[in-house]
Amino acid sequence: MPLKIEARPQPSQLMAYLSPLIAVGLTLFTGLLVSPLLGLNPLDGFHAFFIAPIDDLYGLGELGVKAAPLMLIAVGLAIGFRANVWNIGAEGQLTLGAICGGGVALYFYEAEGWHILPLMVLAGALGGMLWASIPALLRTRFNTNEILVSLMLNYVALLLLSYLVHGPWRDPDGFNFPESRLFSDSALLPVILEDSRLHIGLLLALVAVALGWIFVRKSFIGYQMRVAGLAGDAALYAGFNRRRMVWMGLLIGGGAAGIAGLCEVAGPIGQLLPSVSPGYGYAAIIVAFVGRLHPLGILFASLLMSLLYLGGESAQMELGLPSAITGVFQGVLLFYLLAADLFINFRLRRKRQPTTAATANPQEAAS
Amino acid sequence: MAGQYQARLAGEHPPRIELRDITKIYPAVVANEGIDLSVMPGEIHAVLGENGAGKSTLMKIIYGVTRADRGSVHWNGRQVRISSPAQARALGIGMVFQHFSLFETLSVVENIALAVAGDFNLSALSERIREVSERYGLPVDPRRLVHSLSVGERQRVEIVRCLLQDPQLLIMDEPTSVLTPQAVRKLFVTLRQLADEGCSVLYISHKLEEIRELCHHATVMRGGRVTGETDPTQETASSLARMMIGRELPVCEHPPGSARGELRLQIAGLSRRSDDPFGTHLQDLQLEVHAGEIVGIAGISGNGQRELLAALSGEAPLPAEQADALRLDGRGVAHLDAGARRDLGQAFVPEERLGRGAVPAMSLAENALLTAHRGTAEEGAMLRHGLIRDAAVRGYAQRCVDEFDVRCGGVEAAAKSLSGGNLQKFIVGREILQKPQVLIVSQPTWGVDVGAAAAIRQALIDLRDEGVALLVISEELEELFEICDRIAVIASGRLSPCKPAAETDMQEVGLWMSGLFPGGSGEQADTDIGAEGVGDAA
Repeated sequence: MPLKIEARPQPSQLMAYLSPLIAVGLTLFTGLLVSPLLGLNPLDGFHAFFIAPIDDLYGLGELGVKAAPLMLIAVGLAIGFRANVWNIGAEGQLTLGAICGGGVALYFYEAEGWHILPLMVLAGALGGMLWASIPALLRTRFNTNEILVSLMLNYVALLLLSYLVHGPWRDPDGFNFPESRLFSDSALLPVILEDSRLHIGLLLALVAVALGWIFVRKSFIGYQMRVAGLAGDAALYAGFNRRRMVWMGLLIGGGAAGIAGLCEVAGPIGQLLPSVSPGYGYAAIIVAFVGRLHPLGILFASLLMSLLYLGGESAQMELGLPSAITGVFQGVLLFYLLAADLFINFRLRRKRQPTTAATANPQEAAS
Repeated sequence: MAGQYQARLAGEHPPRIELRDITKIYPAVVANEGIDLSVMPGEIHAVLGENGAGKSTLMKIIYGVTRADRGSVHWNGRQVRISSPAQARALGIGMVFQHFSLFETLSVVENIALAVAGDFNLSALSERIREVSERYGLPVDPRRLVHSLSVGERQRVEIVRCLLQDPQLLIMDEPTSVLTPQAVRKLFVTLRQLADEGCSVLYISHKLEEIRELCHHATVMRGGRVTGETDPTQETASSLARMMIGRELPVCEHPPGSARGELRLQIAGLSRRSDDPFGTHLQDLQLEVHAGEIVGIAGISGNGQRELLAALSGEAPLPAEQADALRLDGRGVAHLDAGARRDLGQAFVPEERLGRGAVPAMSLAENALLTAHRGTAEEGAMLRHGLIRDAAVRGYAQRCVDEFDVRCGGVEAAAKSLSGGNLQKFIVGREILQKPQVLIVSQPTWGVDVGAAAAIRQALIDLRDEGVALLVISEELEELFEICDRIAVIASGRLSPCKPAAETDMQEVGLWMSGLFPGGSGEQADTDIGAEGVGDAA
């Protein structure tokens, strides 16, 4: 029974929502398939990966700790992605947010007061926006590709942080470890769930989800950016300012990533380290697409991605699997999502059997 | 002329091609239903119908591009299955598409060599091209690069390419839409010669006069079915139109314009080099559009219309120092983007509806917001503090739908779900209801059914009578003569003088379309079409 792929007359709304679920299902299935190859009982693997990490309150708190930055960054990125502004540099913007916000914390390390945290959040946002403004400026002035510029700046940001914690910002009492001082209590985010590390950053992320929804659905600039993403010529025809959209897309994404970075160092970490993120900036790109670039979808997708992080850690501890397992599952998930997305615009059809009409030899017929 | 054809009819010849009960169903639409069609050797057979009547699908089935779901094809009396264009060509079927399939950077002979089977011998092929083109009065130079050819010349290359394969059936899809009236005459001579030699011609068109003049027989289609078969020479244009659209051809009321008002839009020495290597450079264009008149710009596509429109609409603004090349109410605006010009009271209906005039995936309401976000007195502001007021947006979209008779599933329907004519009515309505001072319209009725086309033309005339300045750019001469007060022609990036429509005629405008006007390109070097035009006029 030969099959063929044929274009749908209309993109399928159902598949648009179903596709992430199918991708999740297939990812789980793949996990079950490969665990025997690693010499594991598939059910043990499943338990270690998806159940064990969240079977207590602390685990649920950890779920929120990891979901918060993913959510925050993905909501910001999705706004640019909708307008075809491809900011791949959230990891670097996150790092700059951590540097700038952490810098404020270090400056006030002996001080106390309610004003320190808001200042840190502001500095974190500005740091992320500053980093994102570089690709924005180069794109709008010289038409450079924002994908490449923002991606390369990730490495620059990482090296900048590394320089700071190895050099000028190194803890003078830290036995030469490449770490900053520990932040003072006034510079740490309040915990919102007792006996866990879940901090107020999750609330910030939820606010961002709400703001993101209003921006996309209700604001005129959000509308303009959607138009630009769906039909670039229509945006040009209507006279929408493309430069403004590039700036908005990158600055919002950068600002959100910057706040997420600050929340990491002022939350679970509590100081500046050479590395402040296990790749949240990259994972958030997957989260944004799994969540269909929709704020609500992103909320759920970030919880899923967070579970993958936790499951990876748990699998390392309980099953002795290598740390690469988290990256593998992230990649597999994105891979299946892209494959399933094909069926939003296409469908499988059984090929029609040839009818019985006689086929004349063309040469003969033409004579 | 019809002698051979008559003789064949009387003889024992089977039909050259016969279609029986052809049916093709697409997921969303029945394109062909139970079509019977029979073409005799040497017959010029018209397939007449509006856009969307199913003509193109039927031709694609004959040429092997698409396959029918039901029905049979008989070629010279034998049933055949045509499953690819290559097989169709092997049978002796040639097709000239409406949109040409030539490589711009290759020469004529190289382009033809790509399609012709057999040894790759360019010099021998050139010789054959010359032979065929002389025999049928289709002058083409095999060595010329395609990008340097005019549209009419490219069509000749396509025809020659078909003729080299000695076709027994030639399918021509809307061939005259790219030709000047003079070049149409030449094409008809060629087609008649082909028919006299026994080649059958399937001639697809919606132009009634042409069909009455050229064709022996006509099959009329409407909504995917055959609605009539007739000898077009025995019919009037209005009786053909009744068969085609099922009712009388609607006519516009076009009272002569009242006194011209003040100068609204002025093109004052607009020059611009095209960014596209195969584009047209605009050279020193001059034109004035006053309040209360419709000025038309005629011309064959590819003569600078795209570049002119991009400059006029603001989609491709000029540098600030050339701001005065375009003036809106006396103010230099050539450097402003499309939004800024809309702020000054200019509106624009582009040629492409989906993807430019409207966002396909968005609803009609959201598409109303696209250009009408400045708000109107009726619904009030559509924006408040940067947020969208849905009620005002939906109200405005509803008014477009009501006042311009847009058939749709409500204002929440996606733009792409509308037919071409209804979406065009919506876009025209959206622009008109903003009460612009100046309205620029490109191809107002391109791909639009006859009923909607008449409604759109009437809306433009009514707008003129309200004192708006209108500039209409169209490839349809009949349309321009129907609605315009003054007409200019664009050819090779130059603009002819503007004449009152009553003081010129198709013949003169046709000559101008070849560049033969004071200051036109035809005055100096003579392009091929130009030379032809002279010959015909003489």
